[in-house]
Amino acid sequence: MTEARLSTASNQMTIAVSFRQVSRHFGSVKAVDAVDLDIRPGEFFAMLGPSGSGKTTCLRLIAGFEQPTAGSIEIFGSQADGVPPYRRNVNTVFQDYALFPHLNVLDNVAYGPMVRGVGRAERASAAEEALRLVQLPGYGGRRPGQLSGGQRQRVALARALVNKPKVLLLDEPLGALDLKLRENMQEELKSLQKALGITFVFVTHDQGEALSMADRVAVFHEGRIRQIGTPQEIYERPRSRFVADFVGSSNVLPPDFVKLHGGQPRWASLRPEKIRIGNGEAGQGVAGSVLSRSFLGATNRVTVEADGLRLQIVTPAGQPLPDDGATVSLHWLPSDLHLMEGPQ
Amino acid sequence: MRSDRQQSAPLALKIAAAAGLLFLHLPLLLIFVYAFTTEEKSYQWPPPGFTTQWFAVAWNRPDVWQALTLSVQVAAISTAIALVLGTLCAAAVSQTKFFGRETISLLVILPIALPGIITGIALRSAFNLAEIPFSFWTIILGHATFCVVVVYNNAVARFRRMSGSLIEASMDLGADGFQTFRHVILPNIGTALLAGGMLAFALSFDEVIVTTFTAGQQQTLPIWMLEELVRPRQRPVTNVVAMVVVLVTLLPILAAYYLTRDGDQIAGGGK
Amino acid sequence: MSAEAMLRPAPAVAILPSRGGIVGALSDLFWRKPGLLLFLMLAPPVLWLGIVYLGSLLALLLQSFFSIDEFSGLINRELTLKTYGELFLPANLDIIIRTVTMAAIVTIASAIIAFPIAYYAARYARGKWKALFYLGIMLPLWSSYLVKIYAWKLILAKEGILTWLFEKLHLMWLIDAWLSIPVVGGNSLSVSATGTFIVFVYVWLPFMVLPIQAALERVPGSLIEASSDLGASPAQTFRNVLFPLALPGVVAGSIFTFSLTLGDYIIPQIIGTSRLFIGQAVYAHQGTAGNIPLAAAFTVVPIVVMGFYLWGAKRMGAFDAL
Repeated sequence: MTEARLSTASNQMTIAVSFRQVSRHFGSVKAVDAVDLDIRPGEFFAMLGPSGSGKTTCLRLIAGFEQPTAGSIEIFGSQADGVPPYRRNVNTVFQDYALFPHLNVLDNVAYGPMVRGVGRAERASAAEEALRLVQLPGYGGRRPGQLSGGQRQRVALARALVNKPKVLLLDEPLGALDLKLRENMQEELKSLQKALGITFVFVTHDQGEALSMADRVAVFHEGRIRQIGTPQEIYERPRSRFVADFVGSSNVLPPDFVKLHGGQPRWASLRPEKIRIGNGEAGQGVAGSVLSRSFLGATNRVTVEADGLRLQIVTPAGQPLPDDGATVSLHWLPSDLHLMEGPQ
Repeated sequence: MRSDRQQSAPLALKIAAAAGLLFLHLPLLLIFVYAFTTEEKSYQWPPPGFTTQWFAVAWNRPDVWQALTLSVQVAAISTAIALVLGTLCAAAVSQTKFFGRETISLLVILPIALPGIITGIALRSAFNLAEIPFSFWTIILGHATFCVVVVYNNAVARFRRMSGSLIEASMDLGADGFQTFRHVILPNIGTALLAGGMLAFALSFDEVIVTTFTAGQQQTLPIWMLEELVRPRQRPVTNVVAMVVVLVTLLPILAAYYLTRDGDQIAGGGK
Repeated sequence: MSAEAMLRPAPAVAILPSRGGIVGALSDLFWRKPGLLLFLMLAPPVLWLGIVYLGSLLALLLQSFFSIDEFSGLINRELTLKTYGELFLPANLDIIIRTVTMAAIVTIASAIIAFPIAYYAARYARGKWKALFYLGIMLPLWSSYLVKIYAWKLILAKEGILTWLFEKLHLMWLIDAWLSIPVVGGNSLSVSATGTFIVFVYVWLPFMVLPIQAALERVPGSLIEASSDLGASPAQTFRNVLFPLALPGVVAGSIFTFSLTLGDYIIPQIIGTSRLFIGQAVYAHQGTAGNIPLAAAFTVVPIVVMGFYLWGAKRMGAFDAL
C-alpha cells in the first residue's frame, strides 16, 4: 500500500490529460476549436454541453479515435499524437456499451487481457474480480443479450476497469437508463471512482448529472470550452449567458435592465431561488405582475413580468403564492446578482 | 402490418396464395417422380412403372461424373475468389465513407443486374480480342465476377447490423487492427460470409448462360444438362441427374437460411 | 486476486509501446493512414470488376460499332453505325418487338400471380408460417434454372401430365382450340409461344414475389385500420391505400422479370417455336454466323430498354423496395 501512495503522490505532479490549442475540424465544421484543457490525476471530470458542442469529439480525441487537426494532447506527460487507441492506456465505456455480442460476459470483460496475451486462467480470475467490483459476480456465463440495460452498463464498466486504465472515459454513461437506475448508478460511479483513484472523464448533456457527480465541469458550446470550474463555481458564477442558461435555469438580465435597477450596465444572471416575492408596495424592489404559477412538488415556480422581462422565481412549497395577474415586488441581494462577461 | 386485431385472410386470397405456391412447387416435385420411371423413350405420364435402376446407370456414367467434378471445382474456386473480393468490398463500403462509394456498389451489382447473356458475350468477345484461349480459368473468371455480389450483399447487410462502436471498443481495449479483425470482425460476420459463400456456390454450380460463352470444350453439369435438353440422348439419366441437382442446391439454401434467419434476409436478389 | 488487487494503481505508462514486429508496424501504419487501408481493400475487387467486367462490356460496346463485310465475312474494324442500322431490318425489328412484348406480358402475368402470395405472406403469415412462406419462395428461386425448364418440358410434352389431366377431365378440346389460334398456338404446348410464356412466368415468378412482399411489409397496419376507420370497404382500402403503396414493389419485381426475359435465350430455345428472341439472335450471330458486331448491337437493345425502364422505375421510388 505504501507503494500505491507513493505513485499517487508522484502522479499529482503531472497532469492526467492536457489539451493545448486542440482543434478537430470535419471539413468546414469546427467540432473542436482551439481548446485548452487540463484534467488532474484522480479527478472526476465532466464535459457538459448540448449535442454538437464538441464534448464527445474531445472524449474521442483522448481515446484516440480522432486525431487533432491542430494542437497537441498529452496523457500523463506523454505525447499522444499519432498513437492509436490500442496503445493508449485509456479505456472507454461507450454510450451503447458496445459489448461484443458473440462473447459471453466473462469473455467480454477478459477481452483486454486476452489481446495483451494474459493467460486463460489469469484473465478469467481478473474478469471475475472486475465483475465482483461492479456487483455482477457469477454473471460471466451469460450473453450480453440476456442482460438488462443497467447490467450491460456494469459489464461495460468492468470490461474497461479490468485493464486498470490511467484514464477512464465515459460517454453519456447514464443516458440510456431510467431515472431510478440512473440515481443508483451515479452514486456507484462516484464511490467506485473514489475507491480506485482512477481519473474519470465523462461526457453528458445533463447538467444535473454533471453538477452532482463531477469534481470539476467544463461547459462546451460550439466547439469551445465556455467555462471550467467546480460545480459550485459554474452554478453560482456563470461566466456567460450561455453557461447561465444551460446550467440550471438562471434568469439572464440584459445590461439595460441591470442598469435600470442600480447596477453596472452588464449582462448578469440571477438564480430563480435567490429572488423573494414581496407584496407589491410601491417604492420597494422591482415591480412586476404574475403571469403564471406551477407546482413542482418541493417548490413552486412563479413567472413574473417586470420591465418587459420574464423572470422565473422558485419559492419553497408552503409559502403563500400571489394570484395570477397580481402586482408584486421582487427583491434580491446585490451579492446574488452575478455579473457576466458577455452573452456567450 | 403488426396489428393483433387481425382477422384471418379472406378465402379467395388463401386460395390464390396457395395456388401460387403450388404452381411454384409441383413442377419440382414432378422431377422426383420421373427419376423413378421405367419409361425410356418418352415423357409419358403416368409412368408405366417404377424402378431405381437409373440411379445405378447414372452412377456409372463417366461423363456425368466429369461434369459434376468440373462444376464443383469451378464453384469452389469461384466462391473462394468471391468471398475475398466481396468481403473486402463490403468492408470498404460499409465501414468507411469515401467519394465514389455509390459507384462501387453499382459496379458490384451490375454483373447480375444486366441479363446474363450480356455478361457472357461481353466476356467472350473480350477473351477473343485479348486472344485468351477458353479454359477452366475463363469459366472461373466469369463465375467469380457474378458471385461477388452475393457475398457482398450478405456481408454488407451484416456489417450494417453490426454496431459501429464494436471495432472502436476492441481497439480501445488494446487490440490492434489484425487482432480486431480476428477476434471481433470475423466472428461477427462469419455466418453471413458462410451464407454468402453457400449461395455463391449454388449460383455458380447452376450457372449456364454465362458458362456457355466462357467455356471451351469443358462441360460443367449445367452445360451437360443443356445438351440433354436440346438433344435428349438418355432421358432416364437426365431425370436422375435433375433430381440430384435439386437436392444438392436445396441444402446450401436451407443452410444459408438458418445461418442468417435472425435479422438479415438472404440476399435473394443476388441470383 | 482480491478487491485490493483491483485497487492497485494502474501501470505507470499511459502510452504503450508498439507491439513490435511487422504485424505491429503494419497495424500502426494502417491506423495512421486509413486511406492506404481503404485503397488496399478496394483495389482487388475494383481491379477485378473494372478490368474483367467493365473492360469486357466496353469491348462489346466497341464491337457494336464495327461492321461485317458481306462478301468475305470478315470484321471491318472501322467505326460505323451501319450495324445498328441492320437492327431496323424487318426481320430483326420483328425479333425485338416479339421479345419486348413477351417481356411485358410475362411481367404482367407474374405480378398478378405474385401479388396474392406476397400479400398473404406479408399481412397474414406469422411465425412458423412466415418462415415457411419465405422458404417456399426462396427454394424455387434458387433451384436449378435448367431443372425448372426441364420440369416444364416433362409437363408440357404431348404424352405428359398436362395432356393426361385434360383428357381425364374431357377438356382436351380446350387445349386443341387454344393451339389452333395463330401466334400463340402451335403443334403442341411445348412448341408454342404459350409454352414459352408459361415457363418464363414460372421461372421468374419468385423474383416478383420478394420485392412485393418487402414493399407490403413496410405498410404499417395502422394505415389499413385508418382507412377502414374512415369507412372504406376492404376493396376500396386495397385500391386506394394498399395497391399504391405496393406499387414500388411491383415495379422493382418487374425490373427482374422484364430484364431476365429480355436476355434469356435458353427457355425459348427449349420450349417454344422456331421464331427467335433477342437472346437467341445474339447467340446465333456470335456463334455460327460469326457476326459479332451484329450480336453486340443486339445486346445493346436490352441495355437501352432496361435503361429507360430503370429510369422510369427510379422515378417511382422502386429502388427502395429492392
